[in-house]
Amino acid sequence: MGLEIQTASVVFPGSHGREPVEALHEIDLTIGEGDFVVALGASGCGKSTLLNLIAGFLGPTGGQILLDGAEVQGPGADRAVVFQKHALLPWLNVLDNVVFGLKLRGTPDAERKRVAGEFIDLLGLSGFEKSPVYMLSGGMQQRVGIARALTCDPKVLLMDEPLGALDALTREKAQELILRIWKETHKSVFFITHSVEEALFMGTHLIVMSPRPGRISHRFELPFSHRFLDGVSARDVKASHDFIEMREEVLKIIFADEEDAA
Amino acid sequence: MTMSSEPSVSSPGLLSRLSRARPTKPGEIYGVPGHGETLWLSVGTILVLLVIWWAVTTLGWVKPLFVPSPQSIVAKFLDVLQNGFTGAPLWEHIWISTARVFGAFLLACVIGVPLGLAMGMSPVIRGIVDPPIEFYRPIPPLAYLPLMIIWFGIGETSKVLLIFLSVFAPVALGARAGVRSAAIEQIHAAYSFGATRWQVLRQVILPAALPEILTAMRIGIGFGWTTLVAAEMVAATKGIGYMVLSASQFLQTPTVIMGIIIIAAIAYAFDMLMRYVERRLVPWKGKM
Repeated sequence: MGLEIQTASVVFPGSHGREPVEALHEIDLTIGEGDFVVALGASGCGKSTLLNLIAGFLGPTGGQILLDGAEVQGPGADRAVVFQKHALLPWLNVLDNVVFGLKLRGTPDAERKRVAGEFIDLLGLSGFEKSPVYMLSGGMQQRVGIARALTCDPKVLLMDEPLGALDALTREKAQELILRIWKETHKSVFFITHSVEEALFMGTHLIVMSPRPGRISHRFELPFSHRFLDGVSARDVKASHDFIEMREEVLKIIFADEEDAA
Repeated sequence: MTMSSEPSVSSPGLLSRLSRARPTKPGEIYGVPGHGETLWLSVGTILVLLVIWWAVTTLGWVKPLFVPSPQSIVAKFLDVLQNGFTGAPLWEHIWISTARVFGAFLLACVIGVPLGLAMGMSPVIRGIVDPPIEFYRPIPPLAYLPLMIIWFGIGETSKVLLIFLSVFAPVALGARAGVRSAAIEQIHAAYSFGATRWQVLRQVILPAALPEILTAMRIGIGFGWTTLVAAEMVAATKGIGYMVLSASQFLQTPTVIMGIIIIAAIAYAFDMLMRYVERRLVPWKGKM
């Protein structure tokens, strides 16, 4: 089961006399239970369009998206999204942001507090429950966003460059945190990034996408996140020979796409 | 050679200062436009203006008919405070004008904010409501005052309605623009947690629009006070606007200036209150 994308295409109609744009061309992708699928590719390759399709923010113009066999009709709590930024509600404090999804669903107060407490602990936000989110650092804001998505117990966690706005050091720590949470919660994850190193380190599966029209050009299975979760330090994983080899290989693919475009 | 041997520039003018970089000051971020305290300069300006006013009138350079002295305005204020104006005490003039402006303001908010939000949310409502609002908005209230009187008589209805119309447009358009304040990510996040459209409106779009709505209300009440004098031009027997107008017909300049100062004071006090409400209600404004 899990999430299945079957020959999904998206064509944006051309406005003002311009040609229609094929943002995605016949995408086939399966995200099995517990898979961590990372999408990588040059700008304009349709990564975010694909995420919007899965989230239900955008309907496919061809093909279909199935979650546990049922067609995705629109956004829903079984596919929670973590955005790059601007998605927290600044008029609510940390706790109220974390329980926002549960509150929308009418979860009772006590249950809400219990679940929120659990994820606030997990993401290291204890002691900041009452802080206004606009006072937090970017890294903490992003952790609030992840906690908020996790409270809804989604089947698939969709992450649209969640670490893109963080500084390098915070980013590496956040990568490790997300992997540990992934291991603990056994969620399926669809993760978009611009960083090849991040993609290789985090994913169990990697799809490399190419633009015009947006399509999956290469698929890889990755061993690196398991090594980290088995106890190898992140630095050692990222410094290993096969990691570096693979990084160069993927970089070559992406640069070739960029040159085609130029 | 020491630094002091540089040629010293004697009293640099404003132009030469603008054309040159300024040294950094310790503990202060460099280059923030307009950074610095203004309170004492503002107090100074007011004092200088008062002194000029006082000097010009006391030295007899201007006739009291054109510019009465500050003292005579204070005297007039005390006089009206004690004896009233055209048979009604001062507080009653103030009360009736305030009631007209705030009544119209509340009505404009109660109708304008929901309608503006609806305009922002629904292309159907925007399509229907936009033309009439945009048609009447730029017309000066004085131009349609005669129509108000022909249609609604010379009673309170036409007065409040005139002020209402001047407040309504900015409030409704502000609320409409406010709908766009919510980031699409915030809206998508709510939907992805299974929110209904009503929940998104109530819990994401409305709070996100609040800063713009409050700003629109501040602008709106400003228009309200502007329109007050026009509203009290016809068939009013009480009100600050009426007081100013009728005093001007008898060339009672001190009363005119006193009325203007009272209007300014009330409007300013209310604006201060709105700023306080803004700080309390939307402390996150502009921070995320």
